[in-house]
Amino acid sequence: MNEDAVSDSGWFRGVDPGDGSSARHAIEHGSAESPAAWPDHAVESGFVDNRSQYYEVLHDVTTAVARTQVREREGTDVQRIIHCVRAMDDVERVANELAERVSAWAGASFDDPGTGIEYAREIADETAADSEDRRGALDARLSSLAAQVRALDDEGQALRDTIERVTPEVAPNVSMLAGPVLAARLIALAGGLETLAKKPSGTVQLLGAEDALFAHLSGRASSPKHGIIYVHEYVSGTAPEHRGTAARALAGKLTIAARIDHYSGDRRPELQAELDERIARIRERGD
Amino acid sequence: MTGTLPTGVERRRFDSNERLATRGQPVYGEPTDGDWRAWDIRRSKLGAMLDRGMETGLSGDETVLYLGAAAGTTVSHVADFAGPTYAVEFAARPVRDLLTVADSRPNLFVLLKDARKPEAYAHVVEPVDVIVQDVATRGQARVANENRRFLKQNGRLLAVVKARSEDVTADPTDVFETFRSQLEGYEILDTERLDPLHDDHLAVVARPTW
Repeated sequence: MNEDAVSDSGWFRGVDPGDGSSARHAIEHGSAESPAAWPDHAVESGFVDNRSQYYEVLHDVTTAVARTQVREREGTDVQRIIHCVRAMDDVERVANELAERVSAWAGASFDDPGTGIEYAREIADETAADSEDRRGALDARLSSLAAQVRALDDEGQALRDTIERVTPEVAPNVSMLAGPVLAARLIALAGGLETLAKKPSGTVQLLGAEDALFAHLSGRASSPKHGIIYVHEYVSGTAPEHRGTAARALAGKLTIAARIDHYSGDRRPELQAELDERIARIRERGD
Repeated sequence: MTGTLPTGVERRRFDSNERLATRGQPVYGEPTDGDWRAWDIRRSKLGAMLDRGMETGLSGDETVLYLGAAAGTTVSHVADFAGPTYAVEFAARPVRDLLTVADSRPNLFVLLKDARKPEAYAHVVEPVDVIVQDVATRGQARVANENRRFLKQNGRLLAVVKARSEDVTADPTDVFETFRSQLEGYEILDTERLDPLHDDHLAVVARPTW
């Protein structure tokens, strides 16, 4: 065979047909400069008996490799989302603290100081526009500080936009039910999509309420009814006496959604319909 | 407009509309008629090329390298009428859907690889009759040039150039002109813009020169 030199670099070279893991390794990490008539080479070298058997083996191996790679790659995407949501919280917290400082400081310089990030943005914008009026080194520092608040606020918004775009790709069903930001928070609290998928619904219901739960377990408090999922309109917007039930229903659907997202990945719009209907029934109940 | 449909692709009626169709497991909620399933040419640029009667050189049963397979909308139809079909896609999320497509198609081989680095799959992909290229990346001409090594002598490159992937601000006509001038080792047989079905996309049929 005059093509022996090329066939040396086929993925099946040195692979035992019965050894799935070495075959997968060869597909994933192997390389060759040029293609060659691999099916023929595989038959000639005795790797398989005929071409149709070659394609059968190739189908199984490529599918198994791609499936593993997808899972691993999405695992790293989830880690990035977790960093992103934690960074967003850090940025918002710092922005709020600095905005308070700006507001307190402005109270000493101006007559009618406002509050919050909006006011800090005003100071930053205004001072940039007519800096002639704001003489004095101290006022310049104040406006610079306000500009930092504005920058942090912009960064927080950018982080939020990213979370809203990326989370539905990784966890489509949880994002559909909870909204992308709450979905990202749940994933972060659980430590990953896989760990979220493996948690029982009662744990998902209380994610973020660990302090309250342990206070309860040591006999110092009543049992918490919800954790971070409180921010969902279906919990916070339900009458207090039915909130526990609503939280349990929501957590149940979120747990199913997380399992579908992790193990299969298809979109199940019917989950949303089921949840909507369940919440509507809970809210209809009299007390 | 003398293009003939490859064996395995037919025009059939679905709800009183004549549409392209192939035989295989439904994939994206398309209408079916027995074994046949409609090929949505609004979602598939290759489908649009065939529907317009471009001379693609496809006859059915060929070996195909598909670059930029995405979730498998188009590649599912290709695998229905073609022979061994190698589907390269670099993004993890769509590959999950692509794997579902491959489950019912034993002739479809999914490769989570970067189409800009053919060395990483040349040990798996055999020489092919057709390369279908539909990649949303800059340097689409380079992708075609790099992958020319996979084409058999009288093979065909069926490329869809996305102007917006190269440069969102440039005039699509200029982007297409640049693509043509950067294509190396190919003779262009036909080009056609796919508007309005696919805005700012140019379909290119080419064959390798040796």
